[in-house]
Amino acid sequence: MLSFLIRRTGQALLVIAVMMVLVFFGVNVIGDPIWMLISPDMDQQAIEATAASLGLDKPIWEQFWYFLKGVARGDLGNSFVHGEPAIALILSRMPATMELAFVALLMAIVIGLPLGLYAGLKPEHPASRTIMAGSILGFSLPSFWVGLMLMMVFAVMLGWLPATGRGTTESFLGIETSLISSAGWAFIALPAFNLATTKISLVIRLTRAGVREVAMMDYVKFARAKGLKSSRIIGVHILKNILIPVVTVLGLEFGSLVAFSVVTETIFAWPGMGKLLLESIQRLDRPVIVAYIMVVVILFVVVNLVVDLLYSLLDPRLRISGNKA
Amino acid sequence: MAPSRQLVAALALAVVPLVGAAQNLNIGLGAEPSSLDPHYHNLSPNNMLARQVFEALVGQDVNQKPRPGLAESWRTVDPLTWEFKLRRNVKFFDDTEFTADDVLATIKRLPNVPRSPSNFSPFIAGMEFEKVDSHTLRVKTKSPAPLVPINLSGFAIVSKKCAETMSTEDFNALRCQGGTGPYKYSEFKPADRVVLARNNNYWGTKPAWELVTQRFITSAPSRVAALLAGDVQVIDAVPPTDIPRLKGDAKIEISETLSNRVIYFHMDQFRENSPFITAKNGSPIKNPLLDKRVRQALSMAINRQAIVERLMDGAAVPAEQVLPKTFFGTSQKLQPTAFDLAGARRLLAEAGHANGFKMKMHGPNGRYTNDTKIIEAVAQMFTRLGIDTEIETLPSGNFFTRASTGANGLPEFSFMLLGWGATTGEAASPLRSLMGTFDKSKGSGSANRGRYSNPALDAKLTEAFATVDDVKRAAILAEASEIAFTDFAIIPSHYQTNVWASLKGIKVEARADEYTLATGITRR
Repeated sequence: MLSFLIRRTGQALLVIAVMMVLVFFGVNVIGDPIWMLISPDMDQQAIEATAASLGLDKPIWEQFWYFLKGVARGDLGNSFVHGEPAIALILSRMPATMELAFVALLMAIVIGLPLGLYAGLKPEHPASRTIMAGSILGFSLPSFWVGLMLMMVFAVMLGWLPATGRGTTESFLGIETSLISSAGWAFIALPAFNLATTKISLVIRLTRAGVREVAMMDYVKFARAKGLKSSRIIGVHILKNILIPVVTVLGLEFGSLVAFSVVTETIFAWPGMGKLLLESIQRLDRPVIVAYIMVVVILFVVVNLVVDLLYSLLDPRLRISGNKA
Repeated sequence: MAPSRQLVAALALAVVPLVGAAQNLNIGLGAEPSSLDPHYHNLSPNNMLARQVFEALVGQDVNQKPRPGLAESWRTVDPLTWEFKLRRNVKFFDDTEFTADDVLATIKRLPNVPRSPSNFSPFIAGMEFEKVDSHTLRVKTKSPAPLVPINLSGFAIVSKKCAETMSTEDFNALRCQGGTGPYKYSEFKPADRVVLARNNNYWGTKPAWELVTQRFITSAPSRVAALLAGDVQVIDAVPPTDIPRLKGDAKIEISETLSNRVIYFHMDQFRENSPFITAKNGSPIKNPLLDKRVRQALSMAINRQAIVERLMDGAAVPAEQVLPKTFFGTSQKLQPTAFDLAGARRLLAEAGHANGFKMKMHGPNGRYTNDTKIIEAVAQMFTRLGIDTEIETLPSGNFFTRASTGANGLPEFSFMLLGWGATTGEAASPLRSLMGTFDKSKGSGSANRGRYSNPALDAKLTEAFATVDDVKRAAILAEASEIAFTDFAIIPSHYQTNVWASLKGIKVEARADEYTLATGITRR
């Protein structure tokens, strides 16, 4: 177990180091941030003075060296645009993204699991066919279009939910969250559903496939022959056995929900870190991009680790050993 | 399904109190500020927000004409000295009185804001500030400086206390009570909203709204949806495609005005062999853009009316110079080049390019309204003229780097689409930046990405920058514009229109500088 953790940490550090170099020089290939920062009517001397004050006048190798020295001190540099420490900036936007991803994941489970179960148990029923057709739409429709349609229907036409924004937040255990007040839930409903659509479809399909497979198993037939109530058969014998693939996929998908909430956050003006990343890329705000990538890599590594640990809880046969992991 | 419907209904009820409240205004803005420190970043959204809380010595009206701000009046004492009379009985939010000392402290802060990505010191370059008494200030310059009042409209005054003790972080945390404006900050959530509260002790007209929430909704269709849903009562930067639909909506009203932003084409005029121009068979040719007749032919081949009507959905006007004719220093004589394909072909033949040539046009992608569409359309217009035109659009960050310093420190492109918003609201500064000879020591030609150089134009501009008399200077600048545009130094395409949409009954004062100010929004 310990050597497994050590190896994982080592791999993570390597990935982070490689990403750091790639992103740092990659942004530099796109362009010189100074042209995105200055006011267009500044004269050449003022432009050069600004570049010098931000260290952008130095050769890229020298800039990288300063950056590395900062990293050694635990400082990833300040955002060119906002002037604040890049990590602090990302962490300040993280709760909004986390709560969005969390609610989306919740929706994926709460909506996807029952629908998938139903479609798996009654595969020929018209309702099941509708569910499966719907899941194909959920997969294939582009997220920004679905977002705008949700907004048109629920905010503009029906007027039930606000179109954009995060609404009021309250402090819970030191974290600002909108999940405490009902108004907060009204604001998060549409963006979370938008982010969840592909995940709901995914869960439906996984669950259905799992159910169809497990329902044919001898132990299910036996349970039925024994005269167990169907709710117990479904709830205990079937559900428990289809959860492993669902948990695996959802674990990995949580990482991608957080990392790729960019589109949803932009459409719904959700003040999370995805929106920050998009703006930082547009403005070539290198410190923020680098820090963001590092945060996301760490997130993925941690999520994978948690999934591995969850396996061994769900199925004792899958022991984590130092040799094979 | 029943429980979920109840849930939705309950959620909907919970939202209701957020709307309503007659004294409050919600605005959806297309761009967000990088900071609330008024001296941190010379960026339009920052200045727009700051202007409502921290005022400048000189204000700008809706057409960007200077008007009294914290300075009541100004005059020239001698050609090298301006005198400003400061407004009396103006109080900062912390109840201290506004005096010349606050101005001096602000001036001292401007060049010294740590980590600033573009500070405000260019506005005070070459100026010496001198306090005469508590409410009189003199500005001395080494050479006559007609733009002093307009430059002083470029930055906000904060109290001496804020200027000397507060950092950018303090401003972002709303710790500075050193503003004099109609509103004060009451809440700031980065990337989400800024809430402004009425300053009941404001020296000027009392503002109409008690609370103004400015929400940052950067996605244009979402901004329109937020307006239609009634989440916000006003939005700015209405996307042109939605304007006809919104105009037909009985619940919505539109306000619009010509902007200070011209969309134009810069042309390589400093290289004998331009990197993206060849003969049709690919062999190198002498840069044809050095010939005025070729530049004129290109301008004549552009159907500006079609661009304005079809691509911009009417939210633009054909352009003939750097600013629309209502602005200071523009020429009343110039007209947009008329579309004349046959004439353009003749001119091209006269210049020895009867068979045309091959050219690549560059432009940013998503920087200006419909930029990519405009580039595509103009490339087709040129191809009809006989110039095989390829296009390449690039993300802004990449485009501006290459367009400015891409070829070993020199501009890289041969022909490119660009835009220019004149924050000064007069012609001198765009003429000098875009078409003045590139000269670092004189500060001219800083955005001259074609490196156009014309001694006659430079001489006129030098004269204009030394003429304090407004009437004379306007005439000189008009002549300068005529010199530049009859020589086709750049090819102007169109002026954008600034468009706001609001719920019926709420009137938005349309401004040339694209600013959405709560003080300009009133209930009918």
